[in-house]
Amino acid sequence: MGSSSSSINHIPDAEKLMQETGFSAAHIFRLYERFEVLDRDGTGQLRPEDFGAVRELAMNPIGDRIIRAFFSPGQETVDFAAFVRILAHFRPTVTNWTRDGAQTEPANSRTRKLKFAFQLYDQDRDGKISREELLEVLRMMLGLQVTEEQLQSIAERAIQEADLDRDDAISFDEFRKSLEKVNIDHKMSTRFLS
Amino acid sequence: MTWFTFPADNLLCRCLCISITAWLALLFVFGIVPAVLGVSFGVRRLYMRTLLKIFEWATSRMEMGAKEKNEQLYKPYSNGIIAKEPSSSLQQEIQELRGSASCLRSEPEFEMADIFYFCRRGVESIVDDEVTKRFSAQELESWNLLTRSNYNFRHISLRLTVVWGFGVLIRYGVLLPLRVTLAVTGICLLLVLTTLVGFLPNRELRSYLSEKIHLMCYRFCVRALTAIITYHNRENKPKNGGICVSNHTTPIDVIILANDGYYSMVGQVHGGLIGMVQRAMVKSSAHIWFERSEVRDRHLVAKRLSDHVADKTKQPILIFPEGTCINNTSVMMFKKGSFEIDCTVYPVAIKYDPQFGDAFWNSSKFGMVNYLLRMMSSWAIVCSVWYLPPMNKEKGEDAVQFANRVKAAIAAQGGLVDLIWDGGLKRAKVKDAFKEEQQKLYSKVLFGEQDEGGRRDNTQLEAENPEEDKSNQDEKNDNENTVNAPRNK
Repeated sequence: MGSSSSSINHIPDAEKLMQETGFSAAHIFRLYERFEVLDRDGTGQLRPEDFGAVRELAMNPIGDRIIRAFFSPGQETVDFAAFVRILAHFRPTVTNWTRDGAQTEPANSRTRKLKFAFQLYDQDRDGKISREELLEVLRMMLGLQVTEEQLQSIAERAIQEADLDRDDAISFDEFRKSLEKVNIDHKMSTRFLS
Repeated sequence: MTWFTFPADNLLCRCLCISITAWLALLFVFGIVPAVLGVSFGVRRLYMRTLLKIFEWATSRMEMGAKEKNEQLYKPYSNGIIAKEPSSSLQQEIQELRGSASCLRSEPEFEMADIFYFCRRGVESIVDDEVTKRFSAQELESWNLLTRSNYNFRHISLRLTVVWGFGVLIRYGVLLPLRVTLAVTGICLLLVLTTLVGFLPNRELRSYLSEKIHLMCYRFCVRALTAIITYHNRENKPKNGGICVSNHTTPIDVIILANDGYYSMVGQVHGGLIGMVQRAMVKSSAHIWFERSEVRDRHLVAKRLSDHVADKTKQPILIFPEGTCINNTSVMMFKKGSFEIDCTVYPVAIKYDPQFGDAFWNSSKFGMVNYLLRMMSSWAIVCSVWYLPPMNKEKGEDAVQFANRVKAAIAAQGGLVDLIWDGGLKRAKVKDAFKEEQQKLYSKVLFGEQDEGGRRDNTQLEAENPEEDKSNQDEKNDNENTVNAPRNK
């Protein structure tokens, strides 16, 4: 028979994912193909090593953090639905979203994007970025290019500016406040071709 | 029931005899004779034109079917899923981030928002990256009636299916046996004749005959694959005492190039059939085969190559500097070893037309035998070969720069994307040097140009010994039997 390869129909939960995340059918299909390319042993689940195979990600200083962001705490595998849900954070923001308290916020709202970035810093998920957590990220981004003193002073300055309630850590609200003027939509969005 | 079956048997026998005879005659007249004599009846080009007409018809039927159902036929953006901004540098993007965030500062500093840049780049590369997609076959815009290249093409009507079925019959029933026969004949002839020629005492006669024999056998192989090759700029063909470099898509590249010229091959010694062929070839002409242990000794490799090119009576060496097969949409990093030798380099660009059969060898998906079967059951292998003007290393240029210059010329001619990435990344891990480079760029944004302590020397991003050795190690366990891709350069 001619048409023997995949169609949108055999992607699990495609309809539900489309509704939840706002991706179109074409996007879901493309993401599924990408998922299959990354899933080299064909188990239907991705492991951290599968992400590690992407060269450009391996050279990203915070590459490991980004990979971990795909995995829920304690889980070692990611299935396609979870993969898509995380990527949904990076869709450009829908500007005409009406604030309806009953419905859940879409994944790509400004707040959710900020939350994603916040969690890259806040690894122990206690809702605050401690000085140590900030230093860890700085070390990843700068490596051996700066001295330890410089790192400490950068961290000190950053905390002083953002920490409004003087508890020596940056909470999510303080984080959000310090990024008020940043065009989050533009900087934390990937233009998916449709 | 014997009285019933007997005449039927007889009839069957007769039919079989006639068809076998016809088939052999066809083979002899259109396959063997032209290959031996080096003439062409133009059958393959006619075949190609017919196929093109059929594909056009098939495409228009699919378009009609799609229009009826009001759906999209072509997959949009087969080259990627996301729109990558034209590469702005790390500096530019972070300044933009800053500009919108804070008030004026006297000195550049860290901003919490900086992480967005790395985060977005990371996610973009998860969704689509330049390297991984080069190691899987190129996707076609429309269907060429082969199941293997059917990427969710719908709207395949009954008529089209019938044509496809007919195509399967022809490819597997007629073409495949024909091709296999030709291939076997070609290889046997090569083995026998080169061994015989090896016994001749007269050196000139030996090299003359050896050239004729090699060319004849490659012609057999070309017909065995139904390869339709167009050679451009043949005045630039490689001459003795030089090195011919080319982009690498498949082991068949060797056959494509050697069909038009007499080259010396370079490669590892293999066992089995290929080993036999290698030993036979060496009896009548100079090829450079390395033992596995010798491959890692760069100096030995370089010396043997230099000795060969220094001898002007020996043929040009054929080398594929990428070291691995790429899917013919791009050219990856050339290993610098062959560019360190002091001689003229003759670049060659090979571009395959995937419409008739995808020649790319995905060594992680298919073994060699499987791959050859697929090749022999495609419609044809159609490609263009461009001989580029010879290049020499310029004064003050080092091997890496020279390699990149040659690579750029080949990419430009063949219409391929010129990438800095090392094809060996297929198997090896990315070196930390790349990550360091990013860290360096970012620290420059924060601190400007500085020579503070704690900084390591930045090693070159291009070909380096440890990386090549690592990819050698990985490739030892691989069954990539390219006769002609020196690993250690």
